[in-house]
Amino acid sequence: MLNISHISKTFNPGTVNEKTVIRDLSLHLAPGDFVTIIGSNGAGKSTLFNAISGDFVPDSGSIVINGHDITFMPAFKRAKHLGRLFQDPMRGSAPHMTIEENLAMAAGRGGWLSHISKADRELFRHKLSLLDMGLENRMKQNVGLLSGGQRQALTLLMATMNPPWLLLLDEHTAALDPGTAEKVLAITKSVVEEHSITTLMVTHNMSQALELGNRTLMMDGGDIVLDVSGEERAHMTVNDLLERFKQGAGKDLDNDRMLLN
Amino acid sequence: MSLSLLQTALELGLVCSLTTLALFLSYSMLNVCDLSTDGCFTLGAAVGATVAIAGHPLLSIPAAMLAGVCSGFITAFLQTKMGVDSLLAGIIVNTGLYSVNIAVMGGASLLNMNKTATIFTIAKDALEGTPLAGQSKLVVLGAVVALVVALLVLFLKTKLGLSIRATGDNPDMVRSSSISPIFTTTVGLCIANAMTGLSGCLLAQSQKSVNIDIGQGMLTIALASLLIGRTLFGRGGVGLRAVGMVAGSFLFRLVYTIALRLHMPAFMLKLISSVIVTLAIFLPYLKTRLPQWKRRLSHRKEAGVC
Repeated sequence: MLNISHISKTFNPGTVNEKTVIRDLSLHLAPGDFVTIIGSNGAGKSTLFNAISGDFVPDSGSIVINGHDITFMPAFKRAKHLGRLFQDPMRGSAPHMTIEENLAMAAGRGGWLSHISKADRELFRHKLSLLDMGLENRMKQNVGLLSGGQRQALTLLMATMNPPWLLLLDEHTAALDPGTAEKVLAITKSVVEEHSITTLMVTHNMSQALELGNRTLMMDGGDIVLDVSGEERAHMTVNDLLERFKQGAGKDLDNDRMLLN
Repeated sequence: MSLSLLQTALELGLVCSLTTLALFLSYSMLNVCDLSTDGCFTLGAAVGATVAIAGHPLLSIPAAMLAGVCSGFITAFLQTKMGVDSLLAGIIVNTGLYSVNIAVMGGASLLNMNKTATIFTIAKDALEGTPLAGQSKLVVLGAVVALVVALLVLFLKTKLGLSIRATGDNPDMVRSSSISPIFTTTVGLCIANAMTGLSGCLLAQSQKSVNIDIGQGMLTIALASLLIGRTLFGRGGVGLRAVGMVAGSFLFRLVYTIALRLHMPAFMLKLISSVIVTLAIFLPYLKTRLPQWKRRLSHRKEAGVC
């Protein structure tokens, strides 16, 4: 499904600020995989997502998704098949446009000069009602008036409006209060399951990393140092995971935001 | 206030409202401050006048708009494809347009249209004998502005229009909707400059002459009108906000005309527009700071008592 082979990226090569952020990283995902990613500060988790989304072109290696080589495809073009959520709930939607207008952008139906149709509105209303946040009655309100949790739920809806090949979740519940985070996570699970979307999710919650999905990756120094799935993962505890990380990376996991329980 | 004063303000307000609407698209929606506005306004005036003088008064309108589209395209190309900063792109195009404008006017810096058929003379002939005969200018301008506002509002609600609005609001989101912000910026600037060109063309034809300085200060004037309009109708929907742009242009012109009536020398008008722009930006800012200043004053008083 997703085939990343031997990508590397060094920023500011040849200067004192030279920094290798991705080091000969390879990753293969099967269709329908839900993979959680954990790692220390600066391990390259977000950078990996940036590479997949096309924010930069890797210095070497290739990225292939569903048989399409997207290594050099501009970010906006590959966005058609990718959904991405950031930690910052404000990044995914336009604050000075209404909920309805934001959803229309995400749906991307019709020609350039088409207006939002009645059928579109009905669909948006239905999808919003599934969030159970009362947003279906606020479709004409500006998105800037929503809370962080509501905006993140809306962004999730926008990212999956046309089910993407791959969903990238970059600690998308980390900036929300615990109750809202749980709700957004529950919505995430149901949306991903409904369309069996292949998903990569960065989290700093260790137990969540083991509970959610079918596979867990640990990253360090721009590469994947641990990859567990199946039977092995099912019996794993957070302590086992930390021990395995130490073996793989040769040091303790160091992340100041990591939640161990 | 005399009726003719109001009429002049209304006419000029309507002409300039098209430039204000252009900034409404580029400045308020795309979040690009298009500094080529002055030059583009003159370009529209020069092209419109040249085509009208050549004997095609009706053709002068699309010609001026097309010239605006070209100018907008170059401004957009510089900032999206050639790595030029967006403010600098406007300045560069504005400077280049000075030469282009003189070239369009055949090497002269002044064109006279006293005996030329313009859309205003056509309208005057057509309305002869009807009750509207005396107001032919107002009729033409009103119709053009109403049409432009209606089309612009309709456009801003289309998929392309939404993408342009989102480009200024959150370019990341435009990209993740699989739309290139380069494309939306280019289309937006082309449309905005078409309106600026139209505005220049109408001003030239209504005052029956063009000189190379006709567009000077237009950006400031339009910005002042935009800020006034935003203060009046800033919280409404897109339609109301667009109407607010026209109302803002009229109000600005009214102040301008009153200043003239008060025997203010004409050369002072640019200074007045600068002051109005400053006030229009400063007053909303003052409004947000005022509670804090009041709170500080009252706090000092209380502290003095204790």
